[in-house]
Amino acid sequence: MLEKASAISIRALTKTFGKVRAVDQIDLDIAAGEFFAMLGPSGSGKTTMLRLIAGFEIPDHGVITIGGRDVSNTAPFERNVNTVFQDYALFPHMTVLQNVQYGLMVKGIAKKERSERSEKALSRVRLEGYESRKPSQLSGGQRQRVALARAIINEPEVLLLDEPLGALDLKLRHEMQVELKELQRTLGITFIFVTHDQEEALSMADRIALFNHGKIEQIGSAAEVYEFPSSEFVASFVGTSNLLTSSESEQLLGKQGIFSIRPEKIHLTKSGDRTFTAQVISSLYLGSTTRIGVELPGGTRLFLLQPNDGSSQSLVSIGEFIQIFWDSSHEFHIQR
Amino acid sequence: MNSQLTSQFTSPRELRVSSWLHRHEKSRLAVLLSAPLFWLVVAYLGSLFSMFISAFWSVDSFTGSLVKTFTWDNFHTLITADVYRRIALRSISVAFLVTLIDALLALPIALYMAKVLSPRKRQVLVVLLLLPLWASYLVKAYAWRTLLAHGGVLDWLLHPFGLGTPGYGLAATTIVLCYLWLPYMILPIYAGLERLPNSLLEASSDLGAGGGRTFKSIVLPLLYPSLIAGSIFTFSLSLGDYITVKIVGGKTQLFANVIYDNVGTAGNLPFAAAAAMVPVITVLGYLYMVRRTGALENL
Repeated sequence: MLEKASAISIRALTKTFGKVRAVDQIDLDIAAGEFFAMLGPSGSGKTTMLRLIAGFEIPDHGVITIGGRDVSNTAPFERNVNTVFQDYALFPHMTVLQNVQYGLMVKGIAKKERSERSEKALSRVRLEGYESRKPSQLSGGQRQRVALARAIINEPEVLLLDEPLGALDLKLRHEMQVELKELQRTLGITFIFVTHDQEEALSMADRIALFNHGKIEQIGSAAEVYEFPSSEFVASFVGTSNLLTSSESEQLLGKQGIFSIRPEKIHLTKSGDRTFTAQVISSLYLGSTTRIGVELPGGTRLFLLQPNDGSSQSLVSIGEFIQIFWDSSHEFHIQR
Repeated sequence: MNSQLTSQFTSPRELRVSSWLHRHEKSRLAVLLSAPLFWLVVAYLGSLFSMFISAFWSVDSFTGSLVKTFTWDNFHTLITADVYRRIALRSISVAFLVTLIDALLALPIALYMAKVLSPRKRQVLVVLLLLPLWASYLVKAYAWRTLLAHGGVLDWLLHPFGLGTPGYGLAATTIVLCYLWLPYMILPIYAGLERLPNSLLEASSDLGAGGGRTFKSIVLPLLYPSLIAGSIFTFSLSLGDYITVKIVGGKTQLFANVIYDNVGTAGNLPFAAAAAMVPVITVLGYLYMVRRTGALENL
């Protein structure tokens, strides 16, 4: 396997707030040019991790190296890292142009180069013509773009994004997901973003780290994390999952241990080597799919996701007995 | 049981008034605003206006009675007499100096309160700051008189450094005024800093700015309205003070003394009124200058 140079390498990083270990002995390597997601519920330590990398927090112990340089105890302005804040943190008294040029201004870069680079940055985020506006005159999506331009103009080694799409509405969020991905591809900068939205992480990131209680539960590609969750937490946090307890597994599958079956892997038409008769207990119409809850004779409850593809299979009524099928290869054993 | 039932509903009469008010928006406004409007127009603007009128009257120097005929004499004296010009200049300088010193003292304290302390300790400090305002400022001025006395506490404290008390005079007046009006500067700055999101400071730092640069480019411009608000307090309060200067000022006279002495000892109310126009006009001029800088647009 080809080892890419690592942009960030973190060793035994720990940060406590009072009695809470927000980040607990974390080791992590992020490759240069990677689009990396830190996913987890609130309070899992992912935001603290981002703030430690940015330099807004100083670690209790542990080492952060960025581009081969130990920055563990340096100030944010001494790190070649820029952040896109959750609330964008645009300077309200400055115009879009002044906001975007701020980093260059502070570094004392000449006016000519400043305006060249800001022009390029603003065109990157498709905000030409907005130079003289104030942040208060922009929409949420435009503010987000200004925040992006303000960060990338400094050509950082690493760009940190804190819940970058959290404040946008659904349609805009989908647009920005595509745009961010494209931006990262063309710039070649390492992107690290924090999110609690698993869909965002799955759709954008090359690799995802799952945070829980200040530790990383699993690191892997979207497909790895989704298809092969390493723990109950991962299985239930990334997507939805049917978790079978060890006694249920024993009874239904004849196997030892905890197993996870994704709801979309359970079908109403014949496919796979497992067949059960089940009673429908709930049915939720979700537009493109219907989420059906069933109960097996032993009392085990499962969810399945049925595409609304026009076939009559998705039309089930509550109380009805139906046949469900899945392939035993989709029963995923979860280590404890 | 029955009485409990009726008490759950408002008594019919009260309900009638409420429902009538609900239907008549203008009457609602009248109920709300008549008292404060009466106060503002009659008591506040009225007294200012009557002062303005009487500034153009004079006092008969033999009988001491009011002569209610129009004259520019009072203003003529104020402008031409060297002593008034000197006192006015001295008062404005003291007011500026007090404002400047208070701003320099208040900024770090407010910064510490709003951005360093935990919310709980912050509240304690706000209360501590407000506490001196409960005491009469006369008492505080007298307390400073003992502090500043020759052979007093300040003398004793500064002696090891080869310094001593400035004694009663202009310096003492400035010190005491700074002390008295400091909370009025801290509170608006503190409120302004509390409204300033931490993420802005972090963003500035993230973009390469050190503490000084962030303060100059981000904190100060955004804090400008708060600083102006605080300075209006310290400036106009200093300009209007005559008690502090009486207590710790020695022989120093400030402009408010001129007004006070003409009301009291000299019994020349029209001249006092004319003299009172000077601080009023100065503060109005200050506000106009502030407005010109555009600081109030971001309020």
